[in-house]
Amino acid sequence: MSYKITVNGTSYDVDLPGEVPLLWVLRDELGLTGTKFGCGVAACGACTVQVDGIAQRSCQLPLDAVEGAVTTIEGVGTPDNMAAIQKAWVDHNVAQCGYCQSGQIMQAAALLAENPDPTDQDIDDAMYGNLCRCGTYPRIRAAIHSAADAMKEA
Amino acid sequence: MGKLGKITRRVFLVGAVAVTGGVAVGAYAVTRDPKNPLKPDEGASLNSYVIIDQDGVTVIVPRAEMGQGVQTSLAALVAEELEVPMDMVRVEHGPPAKAYANNKFLLPRGYDAEPPMKMVNTVMEAMPRMLGMQITGGSMSTVDAWDKNRIAGAAAREMLISAAAERLGVGRDQLRAENGAIVATDGTRLPYAELAEAAATMTPPDNPPLKDPADWKLIGKPLPKLDQPAKATGTAPFGIDTRADGMKFATVKMAPRIEGEMVSYDASEAEGMAGVEKIIDLGDGVAVVASNTWLAIQAAEAIRFEWGPAPYGATTDEIFADLEAAFDTEPNITPHDHGEVTESDDDLVAEYRAPFLSHAPMEPMNATALYTGDRLEIWAGVQGPIITQQQAAEAVGLKQDQVTLHTTIMGGSFGRRGFNEYAIYAARVAKEMEGTPVNVTWSREEDMRHDHYRPGAIARMRGRLDGDRIDTFKADLSAASVMRATMKAFMGIDRQTADAMITEGVAEQPYGFPNVLIRGYVPERTPRVGFWRSVGNSQNAFFMESFIDELAHKAGADPLAFRLAHIEGTDAETAEVLRTVRDMANWTGETPEGKGRGVAVTYSFGTPVAEIIEVSDQDGAVKIDKVWIAADLGKIVDPGNVEAQLISGAIYGLSAAMLEEITFEDGKVVEGNFWDHDALRMNNTPDFEVTALALGGAVGGVGEPGTPPAAAALANAIYDLNGTRLRRMPFRHDIDFVT
Repeated sequence: MSYKITVNGTSYDVDLPGEVPLLWVLRDELGLTGTKFGCGVAACGACTVQVDGIAQRSCQLPLDAVEGAVTTIEGVGTPDNMAAIQKAWVDHNVAQCGYCQSGQIMQAAALLAENPDPTDQDIDDAMYGNLCRCGTYPRIRAAIHSAADAMKEA
Repeated sequence: MGKLGKITRRVFLVGAVAVTGGVAVGAYAVTRDPKNPLKPDEGASLNSYVIIDQDGVTVIVPRAEMGQGVQTSLAALVAEELEVPMDMVRVEHGPPAKAYANNKFLLPRGYDAEPPMKMVNTVMEAMPRMLGMQITGGSMSTVDAWDKNRIAGAAAREMLISAAAERLGVGRDQLRAENGAIVATDGTRLPYAELAEAAATMTPPDNPPLKDPADWKLIGKPLPKLDQPAKATGTAPFGIDTRADGMKFATVKMAPRIEGEMVSYDASEAEGMAGVEKIIDLGDGVAVVASNTWLAIQAAEAIRFEWGPAPYGATTDEIFADLEAAFDTEPNITPHDHGEVTESDDDLVAEYRAPFLSHAPMEPMNATALYTGDRLEIWAGVQGPIITQQQAAEAVGLKQDQVTLHTTIMGGSFGRRGFNEYAIYAARVAKEMEGTPVNVTWSREEDMRHDHYRPGAIARMRGRLDGDRIDTFKADLSAASVMRATMKAFMGIDRQTADAMITEGVAEQPYGFPNVLIRGYVPERTPRVGFWRSVGNSQNAFFMESFIDELAHKAGADPLAFRLAHIEGTDAETAEVLRTVRDMANWTGETPEGKGRGVAVTYSFGTPVAEIIEVSDQDGAVKIDKVWIAADLGKIVDPGNVEAQLISGAIYGLSAAMLEEITFEDGKVVEGNFWDHDALRMNNTPDFEVTALALGGAVGGVGEPGTPPAAAALANAIYDLNGTRLRRMPFRHDIDFVT
């Protein structure tokens, strides 16, 4: 059976069983490898995407349950045309290994869309589900505050 | 072009670097005998670092990037001398090559390491190249590169100047390198790209002059890390992201009693599942090849197996009983035995324990391979590319030069990817899928349950005070041998040899004990073990610095002043680090009700690090409020990266100390995912303040030394808070933490 999904503004017909999680549709079928596999059980946040602007763990979202427009890290900005939040990540040299950062940015972008001026507590509440084994949390926090400032000025 | 062609063929065309139209500068000595053991710093290892083409400068950084920032730091060392700005620099890992051996890997670097003895030192620097030890590990990348990369950059610069001198018909003294060009006194400016080909034919200088540190533009300044835009946009190519036309996706299901036998399996149900293409018997497990990784994982779960027994104790209790029994055997190593160590009833005696640990890097183990009969191509994040190339060739029946290995960036490692069996499995899967590229990705559960674990360990400590000084110190340490595991994995030799990793972190600490006996013991059987960020220091610093704290309290002394009094006469840098962290935290030795502070200091990987941790009581639960870190790196390439690494190391150590353990039941690892092997997260990560000193000694490592003191500093803070002395990790068994 074929499923129609929209990712980063492009519509795709996907011929896979409906229970295949969106994560593996993105990565192995559509070649959108920016969204990462970390745990497969929504325990790390590396696979975070947005569906209609809401941050979701794509490893727990079956293909047949995808309702709405999917945005992945590739849809946020590119190296030559980065979004403000990505620029903030670069300015703070946030990434170490970098593997979790796609998910971190997708989660943080959803936070900022809803709350343009988050407190540290707001950041804790929004971001605790996104694991980083390198321990980049202090710089993620700083980058979120910087991105919030930049987006207010814009 | 004869010489250049030869260099290019030998160094680059066999490997992974695309050098279209580029010219290798400074690769001259590849033509010298690459096996000459007595000229390590003037040999091939100096020379294969710089490529210049029309688009800029490519610097080869033949060390694995796993988050430690090495691709920026090591490139900056070359760029500094080459006089190119970082935005003109691109980085490639480069092919596996002995030229890229980690020459410093075997050198001693304790706080009391003797000044290099010329002959021994030279041989020890040559050994890694002879053995093909192109290794990222031991926090050694910058240590190894500090001179080598600067000389490589300087040699290339001097050759460019010579080429410009010929071109312009002026003396070399009329020319200087500046911002990616050679500039003449009359203002004529020749970009490197125009000079590169001629420069490559110049005789390379044997001893190119290095810049005065006062003139450094990059070294010592915070650098924009070159990998940030790709990592912020999801475009950085991790191994797991390797894609090719016609690719299939696979997973493995290996014996859950690691290195135990697979007796039989029944894949009849799995064979009929969606997307499944092939099920491959790997001997100690199976691989499932499918059209999609998730479908492969589902099918693998549907296979029924009969597994043989574990070749080690079946439960955590049995495994620790083996560690206890090891104390009754002959010591594996006795790194310190000075003075007279006796026993008395006044001695302070304590036993400590540390659990097995998984590395759990964010990117699960994976590798991609394509086998085409007479060639094997592998994409894998490995810390040892040459040995991986050799072992993969052997696994599929090819010669080493028939294997191309692309070392990808890694989604974390922390020592895990020092072992490479995931790459070898991928090679074997690819051989069964001739002509089809296969990406073999492990589930998180497979990753966590088939690690090379940080060894569980037991420490039996004894100490005697003479007034407010330690007179007698004795430590017996039991842990599985990582050295033995390494020799087994890479040389096929399974026997005990003296292993300093058993005792490091208790041994080689600058306390200057008058009477000291430190011994390491190894159990005969063990679950598979490996290098875990800071290796033996990771558990031994907890034992050591907790016990020193206990002795300080017994002496009625301030724990920081007590340490300083012992260390001051033994190692000036470590003492300075302690004083620095004391001043940063305004340490007074006094804490108000509801607050606690602890300190710990460890000398590891050439770098002394002291940490002070402040905790508070929140309705009976402990919260970590603040961590102060001081370290002396000797010399610093990128202070921003040093700060990040020290914080990273401390968080890694705190996560383990508070939360993590690997346990065994029925010979199988119990923990399987981040639900039951969790780490610090945004909400319980404390504030950090870091001071990185550069006191001028030999450059120290930074990827690991932030980890060792963290557990003890936390334990000591909790003791100060509520009088609970924690002698086993993880602390969550004895303490409630704020979550």
